[in-house]
Parts: sequence; C-alpha cells; structure tokens
Amino acid sequence: MSTPQYLLQARQMQALSLSVHIPLVCFGIAFPAMILFAEWRSLRTGDELYRTLARRWSKIMLALFAVGVVTGTILSFELGLLWPVWMQDFGNVFGLGFTLEGFSFFVEAIFIGIYVYGWDRISPRLHFLSGIPIAVAGITGSMFVISVNAWMNHPTGFTLVGGRATNAHPWAALFANPFFWSEYVHMYFAGYIVCGFLLASVYAWGYLRGRRGRYERTALAISLSAASVASPLQIVVGDWAARDVAQSQPVKLAAMEGLAHTTRGAAEHLLGWYNGHAVVWGIEIPRLLSLLAFHNPNAVVKGLDIVPLADQPPVNVVRFAFQTMVGIGTLLGLIGVIYLFLRLRRKELPAWLCWAVVAAGPLSVVALIAGWITTEVGRQPWIVYNVMRVSAAVTGAHVIPVSYATLCVVYLGLAVAVFWLLRTFSRVPLPPEASHG
Amino acid sequence: MADVPMIFILAGITAYAVLAGADFGAGIWTLVPGTDREHVRHAMGPVWEANHVWLIFVLVVAWTCYPVAYGSIVSTLSVPLLIAAVGIIFRGTAYALRNQISSGVRLVENLFALSSVLTPFALGTVIGALATGRVPVGNAAGNLVTSWLNPVSVLTGVLAVAFSGYLAAVYLAADARRISERHEVPALRIRALLSGAVAGVLAIAGLLVVRSSAAPLWHGLTSGAGLVMVCVCAVAGVATMALVWRSVFGLARASAALAVAAVIGGWAAAQRPYLLPGLTVAQAAAGRATLIAIIISVGAGAVVLIPSLFLLYALFLRGRLDVASDPEAAPVRPLAPHDPSTSSTSPTSSASPALSAPAVSAIAFAAVTLVAGSVLLVFTDPAWTHGLGAVCLIACAIRVFTLVATPDESG
Repeated sequence: MSTPQYLLQARQMQALSLSVHIPLVCFGIAFPAMILFAEWRSLRTGDELYRTLARRWSKIMLALFAVGVVTGTILSFELGLLWPVWMQDFGNVFGLGFTLEGFSFFVEAIFIGIYVYGWDRISPRLHFLSGIPIAVAGITGSMFVISVNAWMNHPTGFTLVGGRATNAHPWAALFANPFFWSEYVHMYFAGYIVCGFLLASVYAWGYLRGRRGRYERTALAISLSAASVASPLQIVVGDWAARDVAQSQPVKLAAMEGLAHTTRGAAEHLLGWYNGHAVVWGIEIPRLLSLLAFHNPNAVVKGLDIVPLADQPPVNVVRFAFQTMVGIGTLLGLIGVIYLFLRLRRKELPAWLCWAVVAAGPLSVVALIAGWITTEVGRQPWIVYNVMRVSAAVTGAHVIPVSYATLCVVYLGLAVAVFWLLRTFSRVPLPPEASHG
Repeated sequence: MADVPMIFILAGITAYAVLAGADFGAGIWTLVPGTDREHVRHAMGPVWEANHVWLIFVLVVAWTCYPVAYGSIVSTLSVPLLIAAVGIIFRGTAYALRNQISSGVRLVENLFALSSVLTPFALGTVIGALATGRVPVGNAAGNLVTSWLNPVSVLTGVLAVAFSGYLAAVYLAADARRISERHEVPALRIRALLSGAVAGVLAIAGLLVVRSSAAPLWHGLTSGAGLVMVCVCAVAGVATMALVWRSVFGLARASAALAVAAVIGGWAAAQRPYLLPGLTVAQAAAGRATLIAIIISVGAGAVVLIPSLFLLYALFLRGRLDVASDPEAAPVRPLAPHDPSTSSTSPTSSASPALSAPAVSAIAFAAVTLVAGSVLLVFTDPAWTHGLGAVCLIACAIRVFTLVATPDESG
C-alpha cells in the first residue's frame, strides 16, 4: 500500500488542532464547577466578594467557551476532512459518541448564554441553577469524546467485513468498553489540574507581586485547592490507566517503557534513550515495570518484538512524552500535597511555593499534551487499533499542505487573540468593595 | 427507518440556515456604512453559540448515519469546507474579542464581516455541489475544483449570502423595535425590503441557471414535492415582503424563516431518493443498531434541548439577557444571607483558628475514601470495583476541596 506523502502533515494538522482544543476542554470540565462553588458561597454567606469573583470568572469562561466552540467545530470538520475513509468504514460504530457530545455541547451553549448574560437579570437562585447544566454538560461532553478515543484504542462492538464495520452495536462499543473508564477518569482529573493550576498560576504571580487583597486570595484559594486535591489523586488514577494499557495494548506499553523484547521481571528505566534494542543512559530499577504493570515483580511484560517493526509506534516519542507526563504529574502531586498541608494548618503561602505554582500552570498543560501524545502516538500506526491503519484512512484530496499552512497561521492568530483577551480581562479594575481586605 | 436521520439532518440544516444564517447576515450588514454595529452585536450576543451548534449536530448525525456518503462529500469538497472552517474560526474569534476590547476594533470587525460572507458562501457551494450530483462515491473521487466552482454551486453560495443578509435585516428590524431603538426601524425596514428583493431576484436567476445546466435538479424542482416547496418559498417570500412593508416584523421573522426552510425542503425533495449519484439514502444508511441508537439519542436529546432552547429564546426575546439596557429595568433582588436549606450541609461555615470538629470529621472522611479508592483502583481487577474506586477518589477530592477552598474568613 502506498502511503501518501502528506500523511505526516495530516497527522500534524490533527495533532495541532487537538493540542489547541484540549486545554480549552479542561476549562469546560472544571471551570463551571469552580464558578458555581463561588456563587454558592455568595448565596450562602451573602458575601458580595464571591459574587464578584463568580461574575468575573464567568466572563472568562464565556470567552474560552467561544474559542472552544471554534476549535471544536474545526475538529469536527477535520475528522472528516482528513480521515474520510475512517468515517466511511467506522462512522456507524463511533459516530454515536459525537452525536451525544453534540447534545452536550448544545446544552452547554444554551445555558452559558443564560448564565453569563443573566447576572442581575434573573433571580439569584434561578441564576445559580442555570449554571448547573453547564457543569454537567462539560463533564458529559468530554466523556462522550473520550468514549470514541477509547474505542479507537480498544475497538469492539462490530463485525469486520471487507475492511468495513458491519453489524455495529454502538452503545456497547462505546460504553461497555473496559478501556473507557480509566481513560475518562484520568482526563477528568486532568481537567481540574490544568484549569486549577493555570488560574492559580496567574494569581500566584500577582501574590508574589503584592496583589494580596481578599479577592485575589479567594481566587487563589479556590483554583489552587481544586488543582491540589486532584493532582495527588491523579497518580493513583494514572496507575489504573497504565494497567489498562498494559492489558489491552501491550505494544503501546512496550513503547512507553522502551522494552524491546518480551521479558520476565522487566526493569523500569528513568530517562535515557531507546536505541532500537534497549534503553541506554537511563537509570534502571530492576523488576519495577513488572511490578507496576501487573503487580508481580516476576510478571512477563510483552516487548515490542511481538509485532513486526512496521506495526511499532515511534518509541522515543512515546517514551519521552510518557516520562514527561509522569515527571510533571509527580511534581504537581507534590505541590498539591504541600499546599493542602499548609492550608489545613492555616499557614501563609511561602514565596517558593508561589513560584512553584506559577510554574505549575504551564507545566500542567505540557503534561496534558504529553499524555495525549503518549496515548495517540502510542497507538500508531493504527487509527483503529489493530484494525485500520492511519495511512489507509487519510483523504485522497491533495490540499493538505495548503490547509495545514493556513491552519497554522490561523491558530497563531487565535492564540495571540486569546492571550490579548485574557490580559484585557485581568486589567478591568475590581469594584471598590472587593478590592480591599 | 433509513430516512429518519436524514430528516434530522435536514431539520438541522434548516435551523442552522435560519438561526446562524441570520447571525452571518448581521455580520454582513456591518460592511454596509451606517449600520449600528453595537445593535448587531447586541442582537446576537447570548444566542450565537447555541445557534452555531446546529452545524455540529448536522455533521455528527451525517457521519454516523451515512458514513460512506459523508466520507465522499468531505474528501471531494474539502476546499470549500476548509474555507468555511477558516471563516468560522475568524468569526468565533472576532465574536469572543469584540465584546471585550477597546483597541483594534476596526480590524476585528472587518474580520468578522469578511468571515460572515465567506462561511455561508462556502457552505452554499457545498449544497450546490450536492444538488447537482458532482460528488461521486469514493475518497476524493470528484474534481476538487469544479465540484464546487461551477455556475450552480457559485449561485447557491451567493444565494446563501443573500438569504443570510435578508433574514438578518428582518430580524434586526424586529429586534430594534423590541429594544425600542425605534429610530433605527425605518432604515432597517428599507434594508429588509431591498435585500428581500435581491434574494428573490437571485432565487429566480438561480432557477434559470439550474434549468440550463442541471436538468435533473430542474426536473425535481418543477414536479411533485419539489414544486410545492418552490411555491411555498415564493409565497412565503412575497408574504414577508408585504409584512415588512406594513412593518409587522414579528410575523415577517417567521415567514422569512419559512421561505428559507422551503428552499432546503425543495432541494431535498428534488434530489430524493438519491444522496449522491447512484447512492440512495437507503443504500447509504448505516446499520439498524446504529440508526436506532441515533434516533433514541436525538429523541432523548430533544427532551432536554427543546425546553432549554425555549427558555433561552424566551429570556432572550423578552430582553432578560440584554446587556445594554439600563440596570434599573431589572432590580437586583437582595441576597438571602443565610439559606436554611443549605446551611447545614457546609462544613466550613464557621471560621475556626485550629481544626474544628467538622474539619476533623471531614479529614477522616477524606482519609477513608482516599484509602478505599486507592486500594480498589490499585489492587483489584473487576471493572465495578474500579468504578467504585474512582467514585471514592472523587468523593475524597470534593470533601477536601470544600474544606480548603474557602479562604480565611478572618482576612
């Protein structure tokens, strides 16, 4: 089978669009809940400060949602534009997930309009209630999309006839998939980590520069607390996800760990480089991989050699991304635990921890993208694991290079615009009653 | 049953054309000197996102229920679809930015207006390509250029732009009356009449082009259900003009939308039963289980969506979501300082110097759920214990969050 020359560009284009969209999804998952928490506090205590906070945050939420609508629409175009054969042969199995996601998106869009434009216009109780569907839809929307990704990694629920799915059972394929739940919960926690740390990093920066009013401290407390409760727990969830990978996708696990040959009592390597046969220049910890993956130091871990070279993912990319994610994730978990400890003892934030939080925001995005690279590049060369190759799914239209270049320019403009917008938001002066304290 | 999702798709296209089309049209009008851009923005602020999601709905139902046709369409028509996508990016960005910024306004507004022309035009050419059977079955099997750059497609694109402008003018006139910017109403009325005339002339010209260059489509539009739809469109169009003439904008809004819906209905009727050349809707449809799944989810979704949409438009049309109007119009209700129904659920209502009794019990709860969740996730294998473990961890997270997120009340 001849591989189109633009296959790599098509993949990069898809990767670019997903990397732009996924951080926005994190805000869709976690931000409404944080805003509702602040509004709930204002309703309960009558404290105007919480209301100001919820209101200002809701404007950011709307702007990020508007951008998310755009990048999400681009993705829904792109999935078809770039991979029409995948749509054609398997759309009947996984399409349901996107349809349900469409409804979530709809609910989110409707209530975000009511919520953000309804401050002071509808009764406080009703206003609070109108925010709840946004939070629920943020959770279900990401869930349905992940269900499709989980299906691509662990395809079930159809009969393959002539390379095409027939006799499809979409409900079972998407939601009775054992791979789905660990992947979803992992992403759900990631949403809180990314959204929380990104917000906290802005307020921690302000805190270091002397902006320590009651408003800023409240904003920092809510965002950093959300990130801090999620980040240590993510380590446990990540372990669950990794063991699911070990079971369903041994080749991906082998790529993540750089394990060339099937090994009993396999060692774990930190850092280092995979040279095609083994990991060199890394720190070796004997038997740890077997222990982590199968809870048995003597377990057999399958190596890359169980499939031909053509069916192996690019090991160093996957491995580097995985180690980046785990490394940053561990660091974020540590920051979370330290913050929670200080917080419960009602201690002030030390400056070094503030600096760590400032760094944690961008780092959490890096970890998020690295995690997605691990799972997506680790699936290569398959678009539907062990069923359809990415090269077989790509479009026959020869416009990929042009559209890739266009999209790069457009996303660059979008990034500049979002940055500019958020900076403008942060410079709107606080109402007088919220600024002192 | 193979036809049911196609009805959803056509309904979605109609909703998108009628709702988002008006949004695009409003953007087009900002190109015309003398347009009150503030009013345009105000008229679509709260509903823009919801209107836009209809397109996504159409795409996902199409690729789930008619995967083979979808793959053929998006590969052959990748160029106009890409143009539409870029237009949507520009538009969304401009929309997100415009409400917030004070500098660079002109650039953003021009971007907004440009994309408002580009997107409906590109999507119109797609419909033109489908209606004239220029998309064969297969991965990019059709011509990448002439499939959408041909007289009928281009005309459909222009028609889409004209209809958008026409809808917007009618809606804006109705809206100006509602928010009592009455000085604008006469100018908007003239615009609605003029753009209605342009759209009408273009529609007739379109029929002539179809007659000379797309015989099967012409035949479909001049017989049976197609003919009925064309007549409905004509009647609704004329009725709209008469209503606008007499300044009955509320009803004009409905009849203008009906005219656009009839065009889409006419296209569907003319093409029946074929989706692509040689591929009928029934042949293109996915398997039974998939179709049932989609019908069930659309039904369930409608149960949630219809009341929600109703609420949104009711609030919007009654001006409850207006930003520009004076704040005195809707007095802020005083906040209830303590709500008895919820106060007992909060562990953090009392600020305490050290760990209070509720805080200790909260930490105990968090510790138990943490240990239980970790053990279930790490050391058990069945799916249901994993699920339980995840629930435990989430409970732990929520408990700790409510404990630590409320800042020092003493500060």
